[in-house]
Amino acid sequence: MIAGVIAVVLLLAIAAYACGGGTDYGAGFWDLVAGGAERGDRPRRLIDHAMEPVWEVNNVWLIFVLVIMWTGFPVFFQQVFTTMWLPLALAAVGIVLRGAGFALRKPLRRPAGRRLYGAVFAVSSLLTPFFLGAAAGGVASGRVTATTTASTDVWANPTSLLFGLLAIAATAALGAVFLAADARRFAAPDLDRYFRRRALGALAAVAVLAVVTLFVTHGDAPHVWHGLTHGVGLFFVIVAVLATLATAWLLNRPSGAWSRVTAVGVVASAVIAWGMAQRPYLVPTSLTVAEGAGAHTTLRWLAFVTLVALVLVIPAVALLYWLDTHGELEGLTDADLRRGGAGDEG
Amino acid sequence: MHTVLLLADAPAQTLPARSMMAFTLASHIILVPLGVALPLITLVMHGYGLRRADADALLLARRWSAVMAVQFAIGVVTGTVLSFEFGLLWPGMMGRWGDVFGIGFGVEAWAFFLEAVLIAIYLYGWRRLPSRIHFLLGLPLPFVALLGAFGILAANSWMNTPRGFTLDPAGNPVDVKIWKAVFTPMFGPEYWHFVFAMFVTAGYVVAGVYAVGRLRGRRDRYHRLGFTIPFTFAAVCTPVQFVLGDSIARQVFHKQPVKFGAMEIVWKTDTHVPEYLFGRLHPDGTVSGGIRIPQLDSILAGFRPDTQVTGLTSVPASDRPTATQATVAHWAFDTMVGIGSVLLLLALWYGVLWLRRRRLPESPWFFRAAACAGVASVLAVECGWITTEVGRQPWIVYQNMRVAEAVTATRSTSLWIMFALVVVVYVFVFGSFLAVLLRMRSRWRLADEQGGPRPAEGAPGPDTPETDTPYGPRSAGSRL
Repeated sequence: MIAGVIAVVLLLAIAAYACGGGTDYGAGFWDLVAGGAERGDRPRRLIDHAMEPVWEVNNVWLIFVLVIMWTGFPVFFQQVFTTMWLPLALAAVGIVLRGAGFALRKPLRRPAGRRLYGAVFAVSSLLTPFFLGAAAGGVASGRVTATTTASTDVWANPTSLLFGLLAIAATAALGAVFLAADARRFAAPDLDRYFRRRALGALAAVAVLAVVTLFVTHGDAPHVWHGLTHGVGLFFVIVAVLATLATAWLLNRPSGAWSRVTAVGVVASAVIAWGMAQRPYLVPTSLTVAEGAGAHTTLRWLAFVTLVALVLVIPAVALLYWLDTHGELEGLTDADLRRGGAGDEG
Repeated sequence: MHTVLLLADAPAQTLPARSMMAFTLASHIILVPLGVALPLITLVMHGYGLRRADADALLLARRWSAVMAVQFAIGVVTGTVLSFEFGLLWPGMMGRWGDVFGIGFGVEAWAFFLEAVLIAIYLYGWRRLPSRIHFLLGLPLPFVALLGAFGILAANSWMNTPRGFTLDPAGNPVDVKIWKAVFTPMFGPEYWHFVFAMFVTAGYVVAGVYAVGRLRGRRDRYHRLGFTIPFTFAAVCTPVQFVLGDSIARQVFHKQPVKFGAMEIVWKTDTHVPEYLFGRLHPDGTVSGGIRIPQLDSILAGFRPDTQVTGLTSVPASDRPTATQATVAHWAFDTMVGIGSVLLLLALWYGVLWLRRRRLPESPWFFRAAACAGVASVLAVECGWITTEVGRQPWIVYQNMRVAEAVTATRSTSLWIMFALVVVVYVFVFGSFLAVLLRMRSRWRLADEQGGPRPAEGAPGPDTPETDTPYGPRSAGSRL
């Protein structure tokens, strides 16, 4: 019972990371394809400016996911990290390069330096979600087992590849939807159009990949396929489809309001649908939630810690997003860091 | 204690896995003092600036925020790598013990979450938030940072003195008692020793920057303030840290006697044990080099020369650090204590002069020493960490699991390749971090020498400073 609750918490944390971190990776994706220094200058400035205050918070969800995994389901954690060694190791390297590239690009002035760190940031924004998605695909297709050791097949298989591509497409869609909203907030209508077009393109890619994934899982991950086409899993698949249509419709309306909510709905319900389809397994047909669960006392405490976290973290995150979307948060500029500078009033 | 696997040879993966963990942790730990204590020091400066309406203090606080923004980002990513490494390198430990000691990380995860939120608000709130609200929103930061440290130290002290579980016949932990697993015997000493190490280090590192400025002839109020506040903070914490360090050593003597034997290279259990300053332990138990002080080790451990100190040979060779590991732990320990003692003298110099004459020391030697104190205290932090980790060998969970049992089954070649990749990436990241800090410093110095804000220029080229951010409601259209 308590194991089930913690499993739901884990799934929700993964969904939150997919949405929060995903938006962030998506911004990196559009940074990568924004074109040359001249042409891509304005989109990149918007990306920098929009990501800046919130990217660390978006990525802390991942730490949550890992901690819940090893405290709540130690055996599962052990199996995933043993079998998915290479993609997860590469994802970790990607995370370092990405964060460092982004943080170090900002204080630089010279275009050559900015381009180098920007490229590091953008390329790793593409690779990290791919490898994380591939690892998830390995879990979904039941390739993670107690006896498997790390090999190429466990993550370079149809399900893993598609999960990886789907992760990239979904992050790109989320990123574009959020960046379009930021462009509206900063009164840059041309960038709004620019990112709306890209958001629609990415959504189309998500839809195509999702359909292909459904066909591939039929043979490659039958348990998950069955779950996605029946019961609760099917319900969330339908929600995801409706949210996709709603997002596309909203992106074509002049105001574009609420498109962020529906875009988050697409990704969150897709992740939840996958989790529900796996029931009652952590790894389909080899490790159930009950078998993989840690000690009962620990799970109860983990639930308690999570509850406290929700009480404290939710208002804090809400405050951050509120301040951010109301234009209250802005990086210090050189003028503020000079003597007698603009910020001396406090 | 469950059946001890007699592993004649550690698997080939152990060395690369250990090297990679050591390398990434040693790199991450450099950023930790700044992550834990820089917000506190900055808030002190910020509060001082607000209270006295002091432009210099506010400028310092703003500039430290700009440094914090970069440093925190790099700390986030190098910290994430460590959580990946638990699974990538030590899946055996997490698989068996994850549910026993993981809850500390649970606390750490949400403390860290709050910290990320608050630091974002603090760093990006300078321009638009009302000054008082901005300051108040920053105030919880130091507490949240201490809470995060609580989680990490709970996990590490559990590895040193594990408890809160019983083993079933198969050697798996059952009947977990969370409260006992979090508050283990080594937790208190480790936690406070760590927290004060972070305070001392951050204080000396920040003050060191301005000590260098002073040595180069910058004696204005800005530099004096930038030196005095962090240095005073560190100097006050130094004696406390000295007492805490002494007490944790005695706790190790009681709770992990074999580790203490390694730290002090004690071979045979005995009374009237001499203290060696440095020196090298050989596999046959002899010690070469170093300075031998008769009786002192026994006196330090139990205040009496006839205190019995447990030697390394009290346990089988497979259950204790090798002679080389003991020597490493011993050198790290002695270096840390040595640096601590010198820093204590420096703090006393400062304190005595301040109490008697109410002024900063004039001697350039004081500022030379203060400039080195930052680097020295980072070195001391590294040494302290080496002492606790190497001194625990061959155990990853003291007396319950060996490092060799926890290591991943991934081929050692893959681990070596990954290690090489990680080294390249880290050298790039930390090198760039340093370069960016130096760049920021020279830009600010240039701005200070020109004095006053320059009028906004027409078309800012790539090298001219930005006077405004390109987007934002109040500046909409300014550069679109």
